[in-house]
Amino acid sequence: MEKESLARSIAQHSLVAGMSDEHVDFLSGCVRNVRLDEGQLLFREGQRADELYLIRSGKIALEIHDGARGTIVVETVGGGDALGWSTLFPPYRWGLDARGIHLAHLFAIDGACLRAKLEADHGFGYAFTRRLLNEVHSRLQRARLQTLDVYRARP
Amino acid sequence: MNVSSAPDPMLPEPLRITRAKREMHGVFTFELDVSARGGFPFLPGQFNMLYPFGAGESAISISGDPHQPDRLEHTIRAVGAVTRALERLGRGDVVGVRGPFGSAWPIREAEGSDLVVIAGGIGLAPLRPVVYHALRRREAFGKVALLYGTRTPDDILYRKEIERWRGRLDVEVEVTVDTAGSDWRGNTGVVTKLISRAAFDPGRAFAMICGPEIMMRFCARELERLGVSLDRIWITMERNMRCGIGLCGHCQFGPSFVCKDGPVYRYDRVQDLLLVREV
Repeated sequence: MEKESLARSIAQHSLVAGMSDEHVDFLSGCVRNVRLDEGQLLFREGQRADELYLIRSGKIALEIHDGARGTIVVETVGGGDALGWSTLFPPYRWGLDARGIHLAHLFAIDGACLRAKLEADHGFGYAFTRRLLNEVHSRLQRARLQTLDVYRARP
Repeated sequence: MNVSSAPDPMLPEPLRITRAKREMHGVFTFELDVSARGGFPFLPGQFNMLYPFGAGESAISISGDPHQPDRLEHTIRAVGAVTRALERLGRGDVVGVRGPFGSAWPIREAEGSDLVVIAGGIGLAPLRPVVYHALRRREAFGKVALLYGTRTPDDILYRKEIERWRGRLDVEVEVTVDTAGSDWRGNTGVVTKLISRAAFDPGRAFAMICGPEIMMRFCARELERLGVSLDRIWITMERNMRCGIGLCGHCQFGPSFVCKDGPVYRYDRVQDLLLVREV
């Protein structure tokens, strides 16, 4: 995909929507397209986190493996979601596994490239981080509700 | 002397169980024989007091189709002494029934709007009559979405029915579970996540929510964030209901009685009360 067309596609993603053309162009220099097949592992806990993903379509399971309980799916993510905060913060290692449930298409943003651009242009850095923070806020709210186990039967 | 011929609302009517179905562990559905009384009309959201003789009464929402008043259904989770006594009953046994009581979901008011039905766990039972109504009168609504969250894939209530609804092209049905093993191919995560993905217009949507109070608060907050007006969000409350007619005061909720003024409330009228810890 040509850079211009790639930038137009990225601009459709909810994390990027509303960003200036200049910032989208700036970001698109770090982006490549990725296809994740059903059952395919995107990343594994402990491995180096070197890409942030914007999911365009499909469904991906975030899994944690426990020796006693086996594999536990903690959340599924899909079109419009962003995945891979670990690529922004040291030590840049994945905290869980991500596996395709249904064929998924993603934009992969190179972590080192993104971090350099966030530092190089603070206007872009603010716009991007603000969107990311909104996503993290939503994720945190959901995680809190999930932790409460509200559907457990109580007398 | 003034003698009323109206039935005594405190007097249970004996009705025979014609069908007892186990939905999942600890949850079952009774169908009661109402043929001798010519049916049992009710409004979606209303409840009955069910009485397994000698064990006490429990308020149970009516979970059947309001357009089929000849079939009276209740889905019950066995969690206390009364509901466990109900669980021990089966086809041919008799239960006492008082009702229907309480307020109803605003299904007529919602006509012409998008309809978002959000249920959590066993909370799908009081909303099932809304789904039946919306499907039967599908042309009266804009977009219709059923968003259902539960604990695990084994805890999905009315699973076959949900699969059937999901097969329709004119209704969006999404299910999510809080946690799952790797063999589950559906959504994992809380029900609030489904809200922002559902296809409805926040400016013209009615939302009806039933589930644990915390879940309903989170859902209302997410709907508000998306732009749904709080006076178009409705929830149903659960309290310790005894008389069913607002006399005994056991279910007092601020200035109202849940059995009479509820259990279905407009969210903006109760949202502050939900945060009062003593209520």
